[in-house]
Amino acid sequence: MKENPMAMQTDSYDIMAQKVIQEHRKVKWFQLRRLLKRKAAFLSLIILVLALVAVLFAPWIAPYPEQGQGAVNLEHRLQAPSPSYFLGTDVYGRDMLSRVIWGGRISLFGGVCIVFFAALIGVPLGLWAGYNEGISGAVISRVVELFLSFPSTLIAMAISILIGAGWFTAIIALIIPWWPWYTRLVQGEVLSIKQTLYVEAAQMLGYGKLYIIFRHLLPNIMTPVLVMILLDLGPAIIAIGLLSFIGLGTQPPMADWGLMVWEGAPNILSEWWISIVPGCAMFMVVIAFNIFGDALKDIFDSKG
Amino acid sequence: MFHVFYTNKITKKTDMNNPLIKLEQVNTWFPNNKSILGKPKFWIKAVSDVNLNIIEGECLGLVGESGCGKSTLGRTILRLAPLYSGRIEFMGEDIGQLDGKVLKPYRARMQMVFQDPKASLNPKMTIFKVLSEALHLNSSVAKENYLEQAVKLLDLVDLRPEHIFRYPHEFSGGQQQRICIARALATNPKFIVFDEATSALDVSVQAQVISLMKNLQKKLNLTYLFISHDLSIIEHVCSRVAVMYAGQIIEVQDAGSLFDTPRHPYTKALKNAVPIADPESRKELGILKGEVPKLSDPPSGCHFHPRCDYKKDICSKKNPIVYKIDENSWVRCHFQEELWQQGVLINSKESL
Repeated sequence: MKENPMAMQTDSYDIMAQKVIQEHRKVKWFQLRRLLKRKAAFLSLIILVLALVAVLFAPWIAPYPEQGQGAVNLEHRLQAPSPSYFLGTDVYGRDMLSRVIWGGRISLFGGVCIVFFAALIGVPLGLWAGYNEGISGAVISRVVELFLSFPSTLIAMAISILIGAGWFTAIIALIIPWWPWYTRLVQGEVLSIKQTLYVEAAQMLGYGKLYIIFRHLLPNIMTPVLVMILLDLGPAIIAIGLLSFIGLGTQPPMADWGLMVWEGAPNILSEWWISIVPGCAMFMVVIAFNIFGDALKDIFDSKG
Repeated sequence: MFHVFYTNKITKKTDMNNPLIKLEQVNTWFPNNKSILGKPKFWIKAVSDVNLNIIEGECLGLVGESGCGKSTLGRTILRLAPLYSGRIEFMGEDIGQLDGKVLKPYRARMQMVFQDPKASLNPKMTIFKVLSEALHLNSSVAKENYLEQAVKLLDLVDLRPEHIFRYPHEFSGGQQQRICIARALATNPKFIVFDEATSALDVSVQAQVISLMKNLQKKLNLTYLFISHDLSIIEHVCSRVAVMYAGQIIEVQDAGSLFDTPRHPYTKALKNAVPIADPESRKELGILKGEVPKLSDPPSGCHFHPRCDYKKDICSKKNPIVYKIDENSWVRCHFQEELWQQGVLINSKESL
């Protein structure tokens, strides 16, 4: 029999581990740099960061915070953009810039909320349904199919009529038709991954369902899920704007971007900025999310 | 060093006459086309009526065409594929009906190495994680010693300790397969199934892995079931060979005598289908006529009869019984005695 094969001391393991961890950090930084080298992706990131900062620090950034929240200012109504009202004022004389910043709070928060909770519900169900072929899996699949066979906006509209209009109910009404998409995506991924030999190897080692789901399946489906979350943020912001636009979401005097577009609609030919400004804000944020998500997807894919 | 690591957990006397693994009438059937009521319309009989003994310390080869149920048999022994009926004895205990926690100590004693090393390692886990997952099953190793033990395992399969925190994609195919072998060894097994473990590798790497396997078998006193369709590797590695056709084992012989004196027409056909690396030899390859039968509806009687050159009426009517040649070899053919006396099966070899 051989001598002890490890001529190394135990402390050198830590050094070894640290070296490897550093190497992997380098690889991650390299990927981030690759992401930022794309001009469009970089620009999108700047727009997103600006929007986030503006929305988070709205009370300090907005020139007229109380008007942003809905206080009327009737003596300055329908003013064109000017130095004191940078983006003009609306029918009630409220500063559009402040309104857009405060409205962004609801729109962005709503979008993030919808996607986050949709993923939070959809991903575990997808994992379970993909891994179990039994009755529970079949039931989840059928429910998902039921939701996917109706247009999601229609379901959301029906639900918000049912439980009453408001920005909070609008978010809930949108989460309900949104999560099945995640279940479907995850289920498909799991169906292919659970056939792989490393899952079988784990089964052979006697590990149970939950261990395999969380240790083997979940880490390997995170990439497509993360990409889908990023790409979904845009549509979620649009969807919540849509509900507000038709009066089922945010109620005046609060505002989100969709509601503001609607408020400006009667005066679109004379006081165009009331609709165009929130519309542009929504457009820019949504397209930034899409471009950034797309770039991220490319980079994840190329890593293979 | 290894005797500390490889202590027997299940203590059960096994003398040389008692096989390590004993299969009795093992059937592995998969349901297909479930109707709404959940009753299968038909069964895919991947393994039917298999009787087989695996003796401690041997390397038993399992050959056959693709789709004949070789891998399924291996998986059935390890209780990865559902057992439809029959008995699987491991060290004298029936493990066919065990499940969950009761099965866990047996799982540790039986491991498997798969065909595709890349696919059998989780791409998001470092080698250390992969190995500690397996060490978890080995109760003789405490958690604090996982790192030390993992390095020992890597050394066993000729990998360097600094590989331990790397990810699977940083290794070559041969190294990945050696990691898989290390994972199989981590649980302190007695029996390892190699499921086409070398067929995804380059020829030079194959040789490396095979010699490693052989060394480990000697060093750790392991028993192997080596599943392959490559007859030359089987001949080189195994001490005894079982030939499988359409879910049934039709012949078992020592590796040397199987290839020199096949007793079953199918074994002969299998042997003749191997191309010979000799430019002078212009022998036609003996390619079998007909198709591999569907496992959902195997032929009646002897499964091989539609393709057999020597078939008679009885072949399609009666399933042949086992003819024992000696203690550890047998053949399943109605006419094995006549064919043996006529010498038709051996002649073909001399004409090569």
